[in-house]
Amino acid sequence: MADDQTELLKTALHDLHVELGGKMVPFAGYDMPVQFPLGVKGEHLHTRAKAGLFDVSHMGQVRLTGEHRVAELEKLVPGDIAILKPGRTRYSAFTNDDGTILDDLMITNAGDSLFLVINAACKDDDIVHMRANLGDGVSLEEIDDRALMALQGPEAANVLARFAPAVTELKFMSFAELDIAGIACFVTRSGYTGEDGYEISVPNDRAEELARKLLGEDEVEAIGLGARDSLRLEAGLCLYGNDIDTTTTPVEGDLNWIINKRRRAEGGFKGADVILDQLEHGADRKRVGIKPEGKAPAREHTSILNTDGEEIGEITSGGFGPTVDAPIAMGYVAIEFAAPGTKVDLMVRGKARPAEVVELPFAPHRYFRG
Amino acid sequence: MAKKFSQEHEWIELEDGIATIGITDYAQQSLGDIVYVELPEIGKKLTKDGDAAVVESVKAASDVYAPLDGEVVEINEDLDVNPALVNEAPETDGWFFRMSLTDESQLDELMDEAAYKDFVEGL
Repeated sequence: MADDQTELLKTALHDLHVELGGKMVPFAGYDMPVQFPLGVKGEHLHTRAKAGLFDVSHMGQVRLTGEHRVAELEKLVPGDIAILKPGRTRYSAFTNDDGTILDDLMITNAGDSLFLVINAACKDDDIVHMRANLGDGVSLEEIDDRALMALQGPEAANVLARFAPAVTELKFMSFAELDIAGIACFVTRSGYTGEDGYEISVPNDRAEELARKLLGEDEVEAIGLGARDSLRLEAGLCLYGNDIDTTTTPVEGDLNWIINKRRRAEGGFKGADVILDQLEHGADRKRVGIKPEGKAPAREHTSILNTDGEEIGEITSGGFGPTVDAPIAMGYVAIEFAAPGTKVDLMVRGKARPAEVVELPFAPHRYFRG
Repeated sequence: MAKKFSQEHEWIELEDGIATIGITDYAQQSLGDIVYVELPEIGKKLTKDGDAAVVESVKAASDVYAPLDGEVVEINEDLDVNPALVNEAPETDGWFFRMSLTDESQLDELMDEAAYKDFVEGL
């Protein structure tokens, strides 16, 4: 245990987490706070009621420059990046030759460059993948001198505007380079909770200063990875490695919306033959919301059965939703069982327990669309 | 009889030959907000160190093991309605189940309060 600890990476906010009483756990190679003294449930409810500050510095930040950056990146993702105006952000995924998902990511047109945010556990592989596949005329810069934090919740805009009034004008999935409390930041109005809020890229050497300023506001509490997970699950958002991975395609993952119209017509991204065929003819399974009828949560890898007792799929994320005050889950089911309202059973501890396929999200999104 | 404690962080209180079992304050603090408790069925025969119950927090499910051999005679149905009782009053109202014991001498293998306190401090 002690040996593992010494090898863990630390974010620029690590000392602050420890000072705040964060319970530190290894996550994607980093020593990260899973919860603070408020506890997972309290942190979750606080974020939905006011504002929560999350350290997501373990995620990878990458800048692509060069004349052909858009066309070259489009070979690796099914999104329409050419149509993204400066200052706009899009959710996308790196696909594989077999049409499955290598990682999901955020792509921002930052004007003179593309700014990408990729998952912590995938970032090394993503960078190898990009370096191997992005052609001449694209330079990749791994941004390792910046931390990343998220301020999420209905009070996030009010709080952040005290330090940078311009943030109220940003709309959901928009980006700006702004000074926050005099610190040069990249700000995106986005997040992973279903709430309004921001993701803020800040120089490592100013990160703690900014975090302390934000936490100094009455509305803001520090939030750990535990509540980050319950919040995103209630919001119906995928966790890479659980809900999407190299065994699932975007169509199976119910992410058809990330395959934009022009890309559907033109293809030209990895795995396009598989993905476009599934778009046209349908996939044989789909990611859906699952609501257990009782109070017992169903965790990942729980078998999903039809009412005849036959296995039709598996839970990929499952737990308890503090806002909906009930167990919630998502998982994959055979396509004939994917319609909301379909009754299924979940095998929890050897006992079939009734559940229902439901629409996602469990907690409504409250993004600021202007 | 004074409470006894197991290394799995259960407390055991024997009264008139029936043992009441719950999890300790240390255990509930480690688990965090408890959202569901699955209790054994009345009449179920439990084996020392075998599965007895499951507690679920927002984060994860954790097994509760039987600290003694015996048979379940009563369960705390209040936990079905209000699992947070385990956080609020782990060693009183948040008890899990009651069991008749096969062999009361097994109690001698458990820790008393002072020994449990030392055990927890050593973790």
